[in-house]
Amino acid sequence: MVVTLKEHIVEIISDSGEGAQKCGQSLGAIAAQMGNGVWTTEIIPAEIRPPARSVAGASGNRIRIGSARVQNGGDLTDLVVAFNEQVLLGRVRAKELKPGCVVLLENMWRSHADQGIAAAYAKTYERLVDAGYRVHEIPMEQECRAIVSDARRGKNMFALGMLCRLYSLDLALAADQVMATFGKKDQKIVDTNIRLLEAGHAWAGANLDFCYQIPTIRATEPQVVVNGNTALALGIVASGMEICAMYPITPATSASHELAEIFGGVGGLVHQAEDEIAAVAFAIGASYAGKCAVTITSGPGYSLKQEAIGLAVMGEIPLVVVNVQRGGPSTGQPTKTEQGDLLTAIFGSHGDAPKVVMAPATIEDCFYAVITARRIAETFNMVVVVLSDATLATSRQPFARPVFSESWMAPPADQGAVPDGARPYDWDDTTGLIRRFVPGQPGGMHTLTGLAHDRDSHVAYDADSNEQGLRARSLKLAALQQTLKPPPVFGDSTGDLLVVGWGSTKGAIEEAVASLRAEGHRVSSLHLRFLNPLPPGIKAIMQGFGQVMTVEGNWADRPGDALIDESNRRYSALAMLLRARCLIDVDCFSEVRGQPIRPGTIRRVLAERLAAVPGKAGVS
Amino acid sequence: MSVVSATECLLQMCDERFELEDYQGGVPRWCSGCGDNAILAAVQRLCRDEGLRPEKTVFVSGIGCSSRFPHYMKTYGFHGIHGRALPIAEGVKMARPDLTVFVNTGDGDCCSIGAAHWIHAIRYNMNLTVFLHDNQIYGLTKKQASPTSPIGTRTNTTPRGSYLEALNPVSVTLGVQNVSFVAQAVDWVPEALYDIVRAAYHHKGFSFVRIVQRCPEWLPKALDPWLHDPNRLQLLHHADGLQPSASLVRGYRNHLEHDPADINRAREIASDTSIIPVGILYRNPEVPCYEDVLRSHTLRTAELTRARLEAELDKHTVWPREADAASAAAQQAQG
Repeated sequence: MVVTLKEHIVEIISDSGEGAQKCGQSLGAIAAQMGNGVWTTEIIPAEIRPPARSVAGASGNRIRIGSARVQNGGDLTDLVVAFNEQVLLGRVRAKELKPGCVVLLENMWRSHADQGIAAAYAKTYERLVDAGYRVHEIPMEQECRAIVSDARRGKNMFALGMLCRLYSLDLALAADQVMATFGKKDQKIVDTNIRLLEAGHAWAGANLDFCYQIPTIRATEPQVVVNGNTALALGIVASGMEICAMYPITPATSASHELAEIFGGVGGLVHQAEDEIAAVAFAIGASYAGKCAVTITSGPGYSLKQEAIGLAVMGEIPLVVVNVQRGGPSTGQPTKTEQGDLLTAIFGSHGDAPKVVMAPATIEDCFYAVITARRIAETFNMVVVVLSDATLATSRQPFARPVFSESWMAPPADQGAVPDGARPYDWDDTTGLIRRFVPGQPGGMHTLTGLAHDRDSHVAYDADSNEQGLRARSLKLAALQQTLKPPPVFGDSTGDLLVVGWGSTKGAIEEAVASLRAEGHRVSSLHLRFLNPLPPGIKAIMQGFGQVMTVEGNWADRPGDALIDESNRRYSALAMLLRARCLIDVDCFSEVRGQPIRPGTIRRVLAERLAAVPGKAGVS
Repeated sequence: MSVVSATECLLQMCDERFELEDYQGGVPRWCSGCGDNAILAAVQRLCRDEGLRPEKTVFVSGIGCSSRFPHYMKTYGFHGIHGRALPIAEGVKMARPDLTVFVNTGDGDCCSIGAAHWIHAIRYNMNLTVFLHDNQIYGLTKKQASPTSPIGTRTNTTPRGSYLEALNPVSVTLGVQNVSFVAQAVDWVPEALYDIVRAAYHHKGFSFVRIVQRCPEWLPKALDPWLHDPNRLQLLHHADGLQPSASLVRGYRNHLEHDPADINRAREIASDTSIIPVGILYRNPEVPCYEDVLRSHTLRTAELTRARLEAELDKHTVWPREADAASAAAQQAQG
């Protein structure tokens, strides 16, 4: 009997190197091709090769499949395929599995020659069954052995076949995926993998007595599936930027891999510098010389770049800096997500260093954000920081295939002669804007300097020149704000509670808000893509609500802690910013668990807030 | 913009003569007797003699006395941050190989805070001309020991004398894989300084010139032993290297014929710090330049970008798939 579902969350987990990641990505792609909404999340252990069968070593993928468009990774897992019971135990302990979750567990361990392993398996099996999980023991190893000698290479395709059967997905699409993955290798490998796929499909049909179907609502426009880092890389190509200077750092680096692969063919290059400082300095040099450049990094690297970012601010050199945020401070949690760098991005470097800060809210946004960032950087001669995070970087979701526009590629720098008397820092009195002179331009010769300077770029320590420079560089933010629109409110424009978010939390916040609204609650949300400058009109929007709170993935003191009170509580980054900018009593909810904040968690928090006295903001 | 015929353009180019004034920017604020003045004079002369177009020439510097250099040129200049002149210059050159790029850096800037960049800049071997203004002291911050201060140098941070042996910038540079040009000059022999600067400019690759220079303010007597005894300068000459004039040869009688192709001999010569070898220690025109290797020779156009982006998006497109698109097209054709 086929059970029809609105959505399901599926996990495939294994030891590192057993291909669960590939299996999960393929499942996501197949479901997306069928027309389902999909969001895939990588499950990554911290080490490249953690010990086999270890609780902390789970590697794999989590796929949320829905009928409608899926905007986030969702809550708890409904069905899990595990290649051993230890990685499964890791997921149980992390509280990732729904009560009663369906478990498809490799059973080769039950009869393992090592008695310790066999005993551990049997014990875990019992405990899982006792805890109410619906565990199905699957002889994956044994079934694969009939096709390949080393089942470690191929079990993932068997699992994919089973899942295609269980979710009524088209096996032909799965075969296409195998072709796409192994097509470059020889036909034998393709054939073997397709046999494994079909074997899994057949085995599930013959031995499992349940089957699901998630109806599809096909999008009307072409769809692509990529993760946020690939979207960033494609956006960089589309933006017309030609130079990316970087230093390897998790979780940002894969964007440069993608770029390195495709950039050369379109006249671009990736420079892997000797360190983070050299990377940003190189990008600044290239930008100064007329080719707006980008540097891609994550928290620790972003810190190292601060002095150079200040130089770009001072010299008014366009520059795009992408920070794919991870857990901090220090080395922190390299593979885990956090939104901890907002205030560093806005207020970082030293002295007054105004820069633009943007945050893509979706994977699709990652593509367009860099195009916008380049445009702003060159128009305003400013540093534009794009704050992505590990969630966006490693999740995949279908979105409308971008349609390239030549206007994205700004024209090359004007190399025409500079008119007599023109000055390199002739700050406009209203907007602070200058016309930058680029090397090669006759008549524009001047020495750019990180020292305080006057309109001629001469070193100037006098009080007036210093204030003029500071004023002009700050005014550019106000000038940019004039070009921004107030962000749209999700839900009604007035109500009891407004939730404000930024970055990757958008999907989860809106899902929670939508579900509460469906029950009649007067809650709405607002998502900010520009953090510096803030878009106009947000104070007026906030004033339409009884309470305002942010939901963020960065630390905020817990009001329940003994020493924390209103006078010393450290609010989440955006809450602090909104309180300072808008003089509104904005509260916050924050979570820093290294995982995306779940829609269910947000829903619970918002429901509690709504139950509190309306109109009294900041109650916790 | 006026339209100029090809002939006129050619004539203009032939006509174009530059004078020293065309390169003279602000009035130098260095102390009198500072070696930086001599380097500035040699470099301005080079620009004039080579007819370098001021708008196509960029001087990049870090922070320190010597790094004020670009302000005194009438070309483009980039006076950056401490230690980072090299990566900035690399970015400029990578983006715009058509520009002539010079780097002015001091012993603190290059050999201390920017040392990592120095090592890697040698490896990259980009076509840059780099002047290490080595006065063996921090000047702008007022007399602190630098990595090249001789052991025992009394400074504000080492009042009882510096503790460590000085770093030898020439030996270090000669020790790095991919090194392609190393020369040494002293500020007080302008003729040799000019010839060396010129040879550095003409080398395609990372031309590293260490210029031993005096600091009259903080270390006024440090170089006296070399100033007072001309025999402690050793002129390196060779048919492929420096060819000093007769008057120079008469003034400095310690000569050594040294083939700049011989790196092992160059390393030996550099290692004796009791004398200052002046000339070209090493030159290898065969080392590839990073910009020639890394830069794509494809011209960036919107059409190319569109084509590449579409190809990439095709790979990631889940719907419509090729099969769907084909059947849709077939249906359309039938209809």
